[in-house]
Amino acid sequence: MRALLDWLDDRTGIRELLHEALYERIPGHARWRYVWGSTLVFAFTVQLITGVFLWMSYSPSSQTAWESVYYIQNEMWGGWLLRGIHHFMAQAMIVLLALHLLQVVIDGAYRAPREVNFWLGLILMKIVLGLSLTGYLLPWDQKGYWATRVATNLMSLVPFVGTDIQRVVVGGADYGHHTLTRFFALHAGVLPGLLIFFLVLHIAIFRRHGIHAKDPKKGVETTFWPDQVLKDSVACLAVLLVVLFFVVRPALFGAQVGEHPGHLLGAELGAPADPANQYSAARPEWYFLFLFQFLKYFPGDKEIYGALVIPGLLMLGLALMPIVGRWKLGHRFNVLYILMLLLGAGALTGVAWYDDNMARFETNVPVLATDAKRKESQGYLEAVADAEQQTHRALELASAPSGIPPAGAVSLMRRDPMTEGPRLFARYCASCHSHTNPQGVGIKAPESSAPNLYGFASRQWIARVLDPAHVGGPEMFGNTKHKEGDMVTFVRDTLAKEDKAQVAKVVAALSAEAALPEQAAADKRDAAQITEGRELVAKLSCTDCHKYNDEGSLGTAPDLTDYGSEEWLTEFISNPAHERFYGDRNDRMPAFADGDEPTRHTIWAHDLRLLVMWLRGDWYRAEGK
Amino acid sequence: MSDEIPLAPLPDKPATKYSTPQAPETPPRRGFFSGAASIAIGALIGVVPTAAGLATLFDPLRRKGSGAKLLRVASLDTLPTSGEPRAFPILADYVDAWNRLPNQPIGTVYLRRLPGTDKVEAFNATCPHAGCMVSFKPERNQFQCPCHTSAFEADGSRVMPCVSPRDLDGLKCEVRKEEGQPVVYVAFENFYSGMHEKKAKA
Ligand code: FES
Repeated sequence: MRALLDWLDDRTGIRELLHEALYERIPGHARWRYVWGSTLVFAFTVQLITGVFLWMSYSPSSQTAWESVYYIQNEMWGGWLLRGIHHFMAQAMIVLLALHLLQVVIDGAYRAPREVNFWLGLILMKIVLGLSLTGYLLPWDQKGYWATRVATNLMSLVPFVGTDIQRVVVGGADYGHHTLTRFFALHAGVLPGLLIFFLVLHIAIFRRHGIHAKDPKKGVETTFWPDQVLKDSVACLAVLLVVLFFVVRPALFGAQVGEHPGHLLGAELGAPADPANQYSAARPEWYFLFLFQFLKYFPGDKEIYGALVIPGLLMLGLALMPIVGRWKLGHRFNVLYILMLLLGAGALTGVAWYDDNMARFETNVPVLATDAKRKESQGYLEAVADAEQQTHRALELASAPSGIPPAGAVSLMRRDPMTEGPRLFARYCASCHSHTNPQGVGIKAPESSAPNLYGFASRQWIARVLDPAHVGGPEMFGNTKHKEGDMVTFVRDTLAKEDKAQVAKVVAALSAEAALPEQAAADKRDAAQITEGRELVAKLSCTDCHKYNDEGSLGTAPDLTDYGSEEWLTEFISNPAHERFYGDRNDRMPAFADGDEPTRHTIWAHDLRLLVMWLRGDWYRAEGK
Repeated sequence: MSDEIPLAPLPDKPATKYSTPQAPETPPRRGFFSGAASIAIGALIGVVPTAAGLATLFDPLRRKGSGAKLLRVASLDTLPTSGEPRAFPILADYVDAWNRLPNQPIGTVYLRRLPGTDKVEAFNATCPHAGCMVSFKPERNQFQCPCHTSAFEADGSRVMPCVSPRDLDGLKCEVRKEEGQPVVYVAFENFYSGMHEKKAKA
C-alpha cells in the first residue's frame, strides 16, 4: 500500500496536492459562517449525480418528454426519490446562493484582492439561474411549458435582435421538439460545463487568497481539515435533510402512499403540455416570482424596463460593489444595498403570493386588495384547482392498462371525454343549458333557459321529466316554449294520477334505452322491471305522441327508441328539428352538425363525440373507483 | 531516464501585494474525532443521491420479458410442401417503456412443413451466435447468417465448422383446425445468444 502510494506520489505529486487542499490555513479557527461555499459545491455535486442518472431515462421530444418523466416518476425504482432530490436541491441551491452572497457582502469579502472572485461568483449565480430556468421546461408539463413561454417571450424585448434570439433559443417560431433538445443541451451540457469552468476558477482564486477571516484574532488558527471540513459536512447533511424532508413531505403528513409512491412523493408532474389548452395557473418557480410581480408594474411598451433595464441596472450595482466598497461609507452602502435587494425581492414575492391567494381569506388587507383583484385571485385559485384535477386525470389515463400511445399523453387528454367535455359544454351549450348537480356544483348557464343536463337520460333525470312538480320547473321545460306544452300538461294532469310504482318502471325502462355505462349494473339488476316498463310506455299513452319501437309515430315529439344512446344524442344535437326529434316544435336549439358538409357544422365530429360521451358519463375510470 | 535536459531555474517570483498564503509545513494535531465524523457524514450524503440514481439505473433488472405466447402465424396452406422454410413476421402487442403498441412486428420465424406430412417446424430467425438475423437461401438449401458466416441446414442443425454455439432455436408450434382450415400457431420467444444452452429471455 505504502509503496503504491509512493509510486503514485512520485508520478503525480498527490501528497502535496492533498496537503495543500486539506491544510489550508483558517485563521481565527473554523466557523459556521464559512460553510456556504461548501454547501453550494455539495448541492451542485448532487445535481450532477442525480442529473446524469435522470439523463439516462429522459427523452427530450414533445411526444416523449412528459412520458419519460412520468415513467421515471411513477414506474421506475426510486425514480420519485431521484427526481425529488434533483428538483428540491435546485431550489435549495438558490437559497444557498443568496446566503453565500449575503455573507460575502456583509463580511466585505468582495474587497481587494478578491474583486475578480466576486465577479466570478456573480457569473456563477447567473449560470445557476439559467440552469433552473431551462430545467423547469424539461418535464414538458403545463406548468413548465406556460411559464417558460413567458420567460422566452421576454427575450424578444431585447432591442434589435430580440426576436432572433428568441427564435434561436426556442428552435423555431413555435415550441416543439427542438425547444426541448435545445433546452436539454443547455441544461445538461452547456450550462453545467460553464459552471464547472467558472467554479474551478472561483475555487482556485479563493485558494490563492485564502479564506477571508472574519476576526482572525478570535481563536487559534486551524486548518481546513478536519475542523472546517466537519462543520462543512454537517452543513451539507443539514441541506440534504431539508431536501429529503420536502421530497417525502406528503407521507410525513399522513398521506397514504401505497403502491405508487411517485403519485405523491417527490417533484410534482403536472398534466402534459398542451398548447391548445390555456393554462391560467402558470407561474414561474417561487424564486422568480418577484420578477414576475415586478413586471406587473410596467404596462405595455414599458415592459422592457421591468424585464431587462432595471434588473440589469440592479445587477450592475452588485457588480460595482468591490469598487464602491473602497470608500469609507461604501461598505455600509453595499450592505444596505444587498439587504434592500433581498427585502425588495421578498416583498414582491409576498405581494405576488398575496395577489394570487387573497380570495382565500375572509378579510383582506385594504390597500392591496380591491374587488377586481379579489376576482382575479378567485380566477387563479379556480385555475389551480382545475390544473390539479387535470394532473390527477393525466396520471389516471397514463397508468391505464392501455398505456400511453406513441402520439404522447396529450393525445390521451385530448380524446378524454372527462377532460374535454366540460370545456365543450361551456363553449357550445352553456349559453342556455346548465350542468349542475343537485348541490348546484358544475357549469352554470348565465341565464338558464333550457333543461339542466346533469345526469341526462339517467333514471333521476327521466324521473324529473315525469314528475309533475319538476317537469314545468326551471330545471326542465320551465324556461322553454314547452312550458305549457302537451308534455307538461300530460305529466301534470294525467300521469300524476297513475300508480307511482308503474311510473318508476317506465322511468327505468326509458333510462335503460340510453345504456349509460354508469347504470349498467342497475339496468342488469332490474331487467324484469325494465321489461315491464317497456310494456307500460304504450299503456300509459306515451306513444300517443312519441314513437317507441313499433308503437307511435314520428313527427310530434322525440323518438323514445334508444333515447339518450350515443347515436340518438349525436343525431339530436346535430339537428334537434329533425322529425325524429322535435320537428317543427323545436324551441330555440340550433342544429350543430346538420347536413353532409362538415365545414358548415358548428361543432367538429370529434368534439361532438366527446361532448356526447361526457353527457352520458362515458369515460375511462381506473379500477376500484 | 538519465538524458533529461536540466531545466533552467525559475526566476524568483516578484513580490506581489497579495501573496498566496501557504499551507503550514506541519499540519496541526489532527482531531481524530472530527476527521472520522467528516468522513462518515461525507459518505452518507454522497450515498443518498447516488443510491436513488442506481435504483433507476438497475430498474430494467426487475422487468420481465414478454415470455412465450402462442400466436397465430399463418395458415398451413401457405407453406410449400417441398419442406422449404418460409419466413413470417410475428405480430404482437409490444411494450416499450411507457408506450404500448398493438400488433407490432416483434420478430421473425421460419416455418417449415415436413415433406409429405402436416407437421410443421418453427425456428426463431435470430442467429444463436450473436443475434443477427439469418435468411434462408434456397439455392443452397441452407440458412445463412450475414454476420460471421454461420450456416444451418434446413432442419436448423449447424453446418460445421460453425461459430454458432448451438443449432437454430426451435420454437414450439402446433397446427390447429380453424373453421376447417389448418392454421399454424407458434409459441414465440427470444433466447440469449452466444451460449451453448438455450436460455429464454424471460
Ligand atoms: S451472429 Fe450469426 S454468425 Fe455471428
